[in-house]
Amino acid sequence: MNLWKSSIRIVIKVDRMKSSFFLLCLIIALNFSYAQNRTLEVCAKDCEFTSIQQAVDQAKAGDSIFIKKGVYKEHDIFINRKSLHLYGEKGSIIDIDHKGYGIKVEANDFSITDLTIKNVEVSYTSDYAAIYLFKCDNFKLKNITLKKAFFGFLIEKSSKGIIEENDISGIGQSEASSGNAIHLWNSKELEVRDNDVYNMRDGIYIEFGSNNVFENNTSHDNMRYGLHFMFSDDNRYSYNTFQNNSAGVAVMFSKRIQMNNNVFKKNWGTASYGLLLKEISDGEIYHNTFENNTTGITADGSTRINYYENDFINNGYAVKFIGGSYKNKFYKNNFLYNNFDLSYSGRLNNNSFDTNYWSDYTGYDLDNDNYGDVPYRPVKLFSYLVNETPESIILLRSLFVDIINFSEKVTPVFTPKNLTDQQPLMSEVQW
Amino acid sequence: MLKILKYSFFDLIRSRWSYVYFLFYLLLSSVLLFLNNDLSNAIITLLNVVIVLVPLIGTIFGVMYYYDSQEFTELLLAQPIKRKSIFLGQYLGVATSLSLSVLLGLGIPFALYGLFQSNVIFDFLILIVVAVFLSFIFSALAFNIALTNTNKIKGFGYAILVWLFLAVIYDGAFLIALIYFQEYPLDQFTLVATLFNPIDLSRILILLKLDISALLGYTGAIFKDFFGTIAGSLVSLGVLAVWVVLPLWRMLHVAKKKDF
Repeated sequence: MNLWKSSIRIVIKVDRMKSSFFLLCLIIALNFSYAQNRTLEVCAKDCEFTSIQQAVDQAKAGDSIFIKKGVYKEHDIFINRKSLHLYGEKGSIIDIDHKGYGIKVEANDFSITDLTIKNVEVSYTSDYAAIYLFKCDNFKLKNITLKKAFFGFLIEKSSKGIIEENDISGIGQSEASSGNAIHLWNSKELEVRDNDVYNMRDGIYIEFGSNNVFENNTSHDNMRYGLHFMFSDDNRYSYNTFQNNSAGVAVMFSKRIQMNNNVFKKNWGTASYGLLLKEISDGEIYHNTFENNTTGITADGSTRINYYENDFINNGYAVKFIGGSYKNKFYKNNFLYNNFDLSYSGRLNNNSFDTNYWSDYTGYDLDNDNYGDVPYRPVKLFSYLVNETPESIILLRSLFVDIINFSEKVTPVFTPKNLTDQQPLMSEVQW
Repeated sequence: MLKILKYSFFDLIRSRWSYVYFLFYLLLSSVLLFLNNDLSNAIITLLNVVIVLVPLIGTIFGVMYYYDSQEFTELLLAQPIKRKSIFLGQYLGVATSLSLSVLLGLGIPFALYGLFQSNVIFDFLILIVVAVFLSFIFSALAFNIALTNTNKIKGFGYAILVWLFLAVIYDGAFLIALIYFQEYPLDQFTLVATLFNPIDLSRILILLKLDISALLGYTGAIFKDFFGTIAGSLVSLGVLAVWVVLPLWRMLHVAKKKDF
């Protein structure tokens, strides 16, 4: 009995020793790693470092650099092949003072967060940016405020990064003297989320990039496009808002772009549109809202794109087909109170416009299957004439135009015969 | 002249038609404003109505009034009153009472709606100015027609024809010309052709002030360049004024020589 008890005691003792040893090891290891990954503090005065560049030079890979509150007049801070974590607090400001770049990075596994950078140099020959990344993988740019930026983030040959919750604005007066807020070149697998970009040239620009995701961004009051694709295949943008830009989104020379749940609104002006599609193919456009744009979508040479469950509300032109577009499908979209639902030039080219809801539709549905019994012609005679002779737009809202539109509706002569919605919906599509 | 103006003005103000006309505008603009909640849209719809209806009512009403008061006019002619003041007085009576109906009919609901605080007040002012001008222009045309045609049926026919020509046929011919000459630069032509028709001119003047002008694109830019300048505004107002003065001058000229 006694022996039994003591043996148990011994076992417990050994167990305790084991665990305390483990704890000791853990503490040592932690200390060790702590010593390995230091946090360097930078502040305006009375600190180990008073300049960010010094701290960066002294830091080892894996270190963090905490930039305390204050204004740092520095430019061209260069992080060369070091995985660092720069972070600031409220009021940590880097003032570039119009002397080139803010931070230049060529490294993997790093992050820059909670900073304000302002006054990027404006140049007509160099693309000066607040943060310039070159060949960077696995990075994170978060909660950075850029003011008076020329280019905001200029990211080249990089991948697997996250760019989120940044606020980027410029003061450019013309397209030539301003840059893009987020400029991606030859980069892939980036996630751009929850950013607010405004008063720049392009809100977000991407060239030669693939598998990137743009979500929940707000791009407004930019001089050119809210979001601009060039030669970039297989990207997706969703849940973004593009407002009051010269044009909401321009997708050019790209394939397989997915566009869903975005809002394009108030892109209003003589040469403005919500979405410009130029030489693109195989995309999906769904659940978007186009509201109060001069032109909702301009499609120029776009092929095999499915448009479904989008709302086109109060646009000048809802959709404008310029030419060279094949096999596009419009179905289950709502066309509500647009001046012109469709402007179309050229042949039908296998584009189809069946089963949409058109607020201008005046037909009836006798068999109650929710499809109108009379086909709808989305192209009005006047919109056809304007296409042929642009000057005739000056007769907009004239009584004569209403009369010819009506007579054309009754007996179509000029408008393309096959361009009809054979099954116009009787009630709005809910999506 | 003032006495005759006063007489025909109050005569018309008391008439049923003025009330109907006034009530129509009152109803239309209040319905548009209070059901629509969008001032800009309301102004566009009103524009559509104004540029069709004001000329139509102006011509018909002018012709009707002239024929109705023909006996009274002859009575006046027997008195030692200048012919000029008789006809000018009658004309001004008709034109002002029509303008007043439009002004109040459109103005009251807009004032109630709180227009004076909103920034579309200038768009609205242009609408009013245009409506008043159109009333003056088309009643002047109506008096001309009525003076030259003693036959009532003929007079009404011509009145409707004039309205139809300026409101519809002119635009049709304009459009055909545009399509026919589409190979040529047409900017100057469209500008000039618009200036020649008071209805088109009024329509463009209002459209250019509204957001919808962005739809006009390149052509609209040329128009904006022209009408946006002080010279352009003066020219357009001048053209509208000429449209009033010219028929008026002819009316007085014919009236002076006519054997009643």
